[in-house]
Amino acid sequence: MRIVVQDAPFDLGQESADFASGHRDMGAIVTFTGIVRDLPDDPMEAMEIEHYPGMTEAALAEIAQQAIDRFLLGDALVIHRYGRLVPGEMIMMVATAARHRKDAFEAAEYLMDYLKSRAPFWKREITAKGSDWVAAKDADEDALKRW
Amino acid sequence: MDIVYFAWVRERIGLPREQLETEATTVAELVAELKAREERYEVAFSDLSALRVAVDQKLTDFDASLAGVREVAFFPPMTGG
Repeated sequence: MRIVVQDAPFDLGQESADFASGHRDMGAIVTFTGIVRDLPDDPMEAMEIEHYPGMTEAALAEIAQQAIDRFLLGDALVIHRYGRLVPGEMIMMVATAARHRKDAFEAAEYLMDYLKSRAPFWKREITAKGSDWVAAKDADEDALKRW
Repeated sequence: MDIVYFAWVRERIGLPREQLETEATTVAELVAELKAREERYEVAFSDLSALRVAVDQKLTDFDASLAGVREVAFFPPMTGG
């Protein structure tokens, strides 16, 4: 398992390649990447992401370990950025390695569902009109019920 | 005890971290104590359903005990991913 919390950008291709190498017994690798998305009606200048140093790393490691145990993963990777990002930039990625694709896909969804509402990050959108904290959605909490 | 605030809770209270000597035995008692101090705390803690709490960096609830606790954090629901 590898957990990375950083303000710097990451290299998706390099991270994916590194993760995929060295898992000879794993037939399936799934990666998911989250991108800062522009707002259609109110163009976004930037997204600022705040986090809770210490708790963030511990929460991500706990979530990743749960995914590894539940889906019998060979490995899991979580990279999450904080600080000021502009539309088009990559916010985060997860990668999962499993023997078969179903477990790899499901584990990636599980990781995303949990880190949306259980990892201590808070996003703020900055537009020409001002800035607003992104509110958590009921749907994000409901998404955990399927697991 | 260290009290830390994040996101709009930090903005409403006006500081990211403070140290407090408290007799509170639960998070709820601590919240009551903070609310009684100044209006900015009263405003920040007016709707507990909009807040989450972590005790020594573990997510918990407002009934949690403060025995032996070093750090309590208050923040809005998280928006990772």
